[in-house]
Amino acid sequence: MATIAHGTPEIAAETVNYLNVEHGWKSWLFTTDHKRIAVLYLISITLMFFVGGLMAVLFRINLLEPEGIFSPETYNRLFSMHGIIMVFFFLVPSIPATLANFLIPIMVGAKDLAFPRVNLLSWYIYVIGALLTMYAVIRGGVDTGWTFYAPYSSTYSNSYVLAAAFGVFTAGFSSILTGLNFIVTVHKMRAPGMSWGRLPLFVWSNYATGLIQVLGTPVLAIVLLLLAFERIAHVGIFDPNIGGDPILFQHLFWFYSHPAVYIMILPGMGVISEIISCFSRKRVFGYSFVAFSSMAIAVLSFVVWGHHMFLTGQSMYTSLAFSFLSMMVAVPSAIKVFNWTATMYKGSVSFDTPMLYAFGFIGLFTIGGLTGLHLATLGTDIALHGTYFIVAHFHYVMVGGMVMAFMGGLHFWWPKITGRMYPEAWSKFAALIVFVGFNLTFFPQFILGYLGMPRRYHAYPPEFQALNVLSSAGASILGVGYLIPMVYMIWSLKNGPKVGPNPWGAAGLEWKIPSPPTTFNFDETPIVTEEAYNYGPLEEVIG
Amino acid sequence: MAETVVPIHDHTVEETHLRHHFATPEQQMDAATLGMWTFLITEVLFFGGMFTAYAIYRGIYPAAFASTSEFMNVKIGATNTVVLICSSLTMAMAVRSAQLSNRAGLIKYLIGTMIFGTAFLVIKGFEYHAKWVEHLVPGFNFAFPEHPEFAHNAQILFFLYFCMTGMHALHMIVGLGLLTYLLIQGSRRVFHANYYAPVEMIGLYWHFVDIVWIFLFPLLYLIGHWHL
Repeated sequence: MATIAHGTPEIAAETVNYLNVEHGWKSWLFTTDHKRIAVLYLISITLMFFVGGLMAVLFRINLLEPEGIFSPETYNRLFSMHGIIMVFFFLVPSIPATLANFLIPIMVGAKDLAFPRVNLLSWYIYVIGALLTMYAVIRGGVDTGWTFYAPYSSTYSNSYVLAAAFGVFTAGFSSILTGLNFIVTVHKMRAPGMSWGRLPLFVWSNYATGLIQVLGTPVLAIVLLLLAFERIAHVGIFDPNIGGDPILFQHLFWFYSHPAVYIMILPGMGVISEIISCFSRKRVFGYSFVAFSSMAIAVLSFVVWGHHMFLTGQSMYTSLAFSFLSMMVAVPSAIKVFNWTATMYKGSVSFDTPMLYAFGFIGLFTIGGLTGLHLATLGTDIALHGTYFIVAHFHYVMVGGMVMAFMGGLHFWWPKITGRMYPEAWSKFAALIVFVGFNLTFFPQFILGYLGMPRRYHAYPPEFQALNVLSSAGASILGVGYLIPMVYMIWSLKNGPKVGPNPWGAAGLEWKIPSPPTTFNFDETPIVTEEAYNYGPLEEVIG
Repeated sequence: MAETVVPIHDHTVEETHLRHHFATPEQQMDAATLGMWTFLITEVLFFGGMFTAYAIYRGIYPAAFASTSEFMNVKIGATNTVVLICSSLTMAMAVRSAQLSNRAGLIKYLIGTMIFGTAFLVIKGFEYHAKWVEHLVPGFNFAFPEHPEFAHNAQILFFLYFCMTGMHALHMIVGLGLLTYLLIQGSRRVFHANYYAPVEMIGLYWHFVDIVWIFLFPLLYLIGHWHL
């Protein structure tokens, strides 16, 4: 069982690292060091996470009463802004812009990403997009749902759609630049001996994510731009009253936004591969299958968008094809889940906090993924479409999957990022709280949806109250579960015990350099001579 | 007077502008090239959204779209196509000059490219002005008395016309800014046989913007002109 091997305090006491090499706000705002930019991103997305979370708290309060507590307009704006902020300003950049930004250059043995200044630019673009969206929030928000569907966002718009859409449009470019940087870095910056087959799976999954970001996001940009032009010039592109076609909006929107769902899960899968391998002391079972399943998900992600439109006037045969293709995505996803469990089989499994989050991920993602099959099936989707079943499904994938992975990864690499360990007992307690709170929040929503409660309504029939109260109670527990790590991680920055280069005894280049790393990561370019996850003799036992 | 040999600060010979995180100039050049091509792929998808909208509305409203073709000035469009192709030629010559360390040639061809690019925008400006005079700007002064039955849907074509050519023109303006940067750097002898990545990258961008026009010209100007 792996225990935390804390380094003696002297190890990191006086060394120069990326955090203390320069001081002052200018050294942060004008940095091109990928590690500092990752920290900037981490602070920004955490702020947005808590803003989006606050909206969720408010509308869960509203749903305590069947007739609602706030006005319908307020409720619409709350859930819309919750979705927009969480999707575009937290989930999409969550792991790529923070953990992957920090780790990919180190994992491939490079001094930085291929384009360090572009990396900094992407953070500034993100901040501008976030500020524009926050402006929309402060002025009264948006009531279109996170999808900006026409005609809610055009003919019947009565809110700050333009500002919010422009904010999302802007943030999209930050996502494109991050993806572009990853693709070029993985292709061109690998250290000698770091072949594609030796790349950590975290790099593979973020490479696949980068492909989606680069290919999908521009389409979102143009659809939001057309929406803005339509609103300014009053010409029908999406508005049927003046000759436009609202279904075209949905096609173009989901051409990006379904692949974007995989932007919001693939990096998390990469984190889980790293954590499970480390805390099972074993090579990931079926490395190449896990690696290529990421690529398969990236490719398939572009041909499944029509399953969002089974009920929006799409031909039956198109729907059939999309239904089939959507089910195909289950294959690479299942390969990953089976291979993670096979990795743990006969492994030397330990239960440190990152592993607890990984366990949570596997269970919750499996539920989220399997309920996705219900929705990819044409017949059942007609009953479940637009109900709380969908809400529960994608929260199991995005929150139960991605946020769990993000928290797990953050704990796993926290000693590498900060040079200090977080308090272990508190972190295990928080992981447990998050798991309990999450299930209490979202499992009742599966039942509510199955019973027919539609999503996006501020009120509901009284017989649904018990389950809704349960869900709101769970949300409050989940909120506490996210606040506890916030507190102890900030506390650990000053008070956590200092750690050596490799507190987990993990394989991988990032654990061979000091914690925190120096500005250029490696004193001399490493030469890689072994495969990823080389965890010693136990590997042979399983074969 | 004593002749002192003043070492000329000549960074044209060896300065490869290798940034700290690259091992070799070749690696830096490879990374820049792949990065530029990846960026151009995002641009293809960006314009692709508008081309999709165009294709779909042409399919839904074929007659209305055909009725607009008589308002498209093929002569101006063709002139601009020629101007742009010439600019691509001079851009390619500029890249070649940089690769051969031919500074005078680089400056000459960069200026040539900028002249063609500016000419394109000026011609486009006159065309936009003509559209305004003919009341063909949707949302602002649109009137379509020739085919009142199509007025509603012809507007969509003109809307797409302004979106697509406007986005294209915006890319041209950005390109002219980049060329100005190259001109300043080129006159300072920054580019030579061992370091010409910016010229080549901006060249790729310029050629991409030209290719977008090569698709816009037939779609917006030529389709529907069979009866002329």
